[in-house]
Amino acid sequence: MKPCAPRRALVIVVATLLALLRSAGADPPTLVKLTIKDHHFVPNQVTVPAGQRFRIELSNQDDTTDEFESYDMKFEKIVVPGGTIAVFAGPLHPGTYKFFDDYHPDQATGTVVATAEN
Amino acid sequence: MLASLLIVFREVLEAGLIVGIVLAATEGIAHRGRWTAAGVVAGVLGASLLAFFAGALSNALSGNGQEVFNATILLIAVVMLSWHILWMASHGRELAREMKDVGRAVRIGERSLFAMSVVVAIAVLREGSEVVLFLYGIAASTQAGPGPLLLGGALGILAGAATSWLLYRGLLVIPIARLFSVTNVLVALLAAGMAGQAAAILAGIDLIPAWGYQLWDTSWLLSDGSIVGRALHALLGYSDRPMGVQVAAYVATLVVLIAANRWMHRQPIRRPAPHHREA
Repeated sequence: MKPCAPRRALVIVVATLLALLRSAGADPPTLVKLTIKDHHFVPNQVTVPAGQRFRIELSNQDDTTDEFESYDMKFEKIVVPGGTIAVFAGPLHPGTYKFFDDYHPDQATGTVVATAEN
Repeated sequence: MLASLLIVFREVLEAGLIVGIVLAATEGIAHRGRWTAAGVVAGVLGASLLAFFAGALSNALSGNGQEVFNATILLIAVVMLSWHILWMASHGRELAREMKDVGRAVRIGERSLFAMSVVVAIAVLREGSEVVLFLYGIAASTQAGPGPLLLGGALGILAGAATSWLLYRGLLVIPIARLFSVTNVLVALLAAGMAGQAAAILAGIDLIPAWGYQLWDTSWLLSDGSIVGRALHALLGYSDRPMGVQVAAYVATLVVLIAANRWMHRQPIRRPAPHHREA
């Protein structure tokens, strides 16, 4: 085979990515702040408007590393003890969406409720 | 113990399925065991390093360090898997023929082994760092008796590795003449799935447009959270609520790989020039 083929494929991949890189420009999204302490989320239920992108910020006040994760909202992020991370989520249809700490899934769970605006 | 077994098993399973496919795809190539083992060792070392620097990585790139890192290593794996497919397209028949003739490992294709070794290292690195962080958390926790939890973790690693081995042995049931056609399809789907995941991660931090956040919802049928859903996610890139850009990256990768594969197959097979005597 021609040895340049993989390199050309890489160039195509990078070029495509760069072409896709354009600002998704919008208003700064709603920020929801959570903490995790004693392996429980505080608060463990938050309400957000449906149909909008938003951010969830999580501060880990435990002395163990956690993995902030949601199958429903498609995020997965490590948060070290004392650390703070943020993830994007939404836009969501009206409904209830679960999140959890994948390292303590029995204790640390919570929900996001997306409500339609009137 | 059961909880920690399940948590570790799920992570190891995802890496293990990829390793199983790599093992089958490199069947019969001399020294592939060494290369695969090197990939696993590099992955474990990398995972430990990554776990150690997890906090620093989180804070890097305005808080997007984890996402950019994960997307980058996924894209490297996509390139390596693609390289393997194209290499197989030009050498696969030759390889299968030689293996049939000599019935033992053949000494061609060590270059392809490097690419697959990188894929193994990346798979182990990604899931391994989560396992390391989880097990370290258990070991460091002040609760009395982390023993059963750590035992669960160890069993989880064994169970994940066993699944990987079963997938590999299962694929070997396929006759050698057909094996590489099948593994090439699996490797292509793996590459497409990883490209889709990388795109979803980058769109998840708004670095690239999402082109729709939920093209469809099949979570009622097969949730990403179930073991089967996670296995299909690792193997085929299944997502119950995919983004538009994720599906686009998936399809684009498959189309490029299929087109390149066709093109390579149309090239004449290069063989050593026959010794012919002028009469």
